[in-house]
Amino acid sequence: MKATVYVRLKAEVLDPQGDAVRRALGTMGFDDIKNVRIGKLIELELGNAGSGDESSVRSALEKAANELLANPVIEDYEITFGE
Amino acid sequence: MRAAVLLFPGSNADIEMVQTLRDVMGMATEVVWHRDRALPTGTDLVAIPGGFSYGDYLRCGAISASSPIIAAIREHAERGGFVIGVCNGFQILTETKLLPGALTRNAHLRFECRDIYVRVESEGPFSTRVGDVLRLPIAHAEGCYFADETTLAQIEDKVALRYCTQNGEVTPDANPNGSVQNIAGIYGGPERNVLGLMPHPERMSETLHGGRDGRQLFEAVSRAITTRSTAA
Repeated sequence: MKATVYVRLKAEVLDPQGDAVRRALGTMGFDDIKNVRIGKLIELELGNAGSGDESSVRSALEKAANELLANPVIEDYEITFGE
Repeated sequence: MRAAVLLFPGSNADIEMVQTLRDVMGMATEVVWHRDRALPTGTDLVAIPGGFSYGDYLRCGAISASSPIIAAIREHAERGGFVIGVCNGFQILTETKLLPGALTRNAHLRFECRDIYVRVESEGPFSTRVGDVLRLPIAHAEGCYFADETTLAQIEDKVALRYCTQNGEVTPDANPNGSVQNIAGIYGGPERNVLGLMPHPERMSETLHGGRDGRQLFEAVSRAITTRSTAA
């Protein structure tokens, strides 16, 4: 089974990278793009652990996300399952 | 007086940290590899140097925060042992949650490598006098300190250093990276025994470096170690 973790900067955290990309898009003519926020997509391929019930896999992955994949001080995350 | 300097793959400010602690401060200094599980017996001060541990993969300091040695650092810090984390070392300390907040990309996206001024904001084992202005070098791209409003209110008295002008005024222009409230360093641990800061005091510890302001932090903690061992 495959899990995907989307990591996003919290709304109150500045994203200077996103701002730079927005400005670059503006110079390319995409001047209707008002805001850009850059996050991360982390794909996880699960072994046997993934064959357990979804809620226990989810709670294991939430631990992984809270402790390593995301920094809860500045980031939110979302976990989805599927091939 | 015994110091331990942690070494991670990608640390690059370890040599000047060792030199400052051993040659300038006269501490018996050992380098401890990140895979080690224990600190040398009798370690008074742990220094986590700057660099790009694990290539800054995922987030600066994130991978290092799960290194085998970290449990020993946590234990040392929680029983009041002195810890200083400089630059990437500060990032590692926030990632391990030994210090609150997080360090993010500099607001203007540039790598900043120059001397700046910081004002000593509160008392603590690494502090000179409150109000002192120190000139220290910075060299980082991810030194923008962030903490939410609630956390900032809680840590108001833990702010150790703020970016300031040469005259000690805390202004937006004196802020090199967009850090919230100009925060350059914070205290943590049960006895303010943990300090994290973005500037490099170990790169300003000898006259040859162009100044000795950084040395004052190490002299302060050296006095704190002596006071503690005399009291014990």
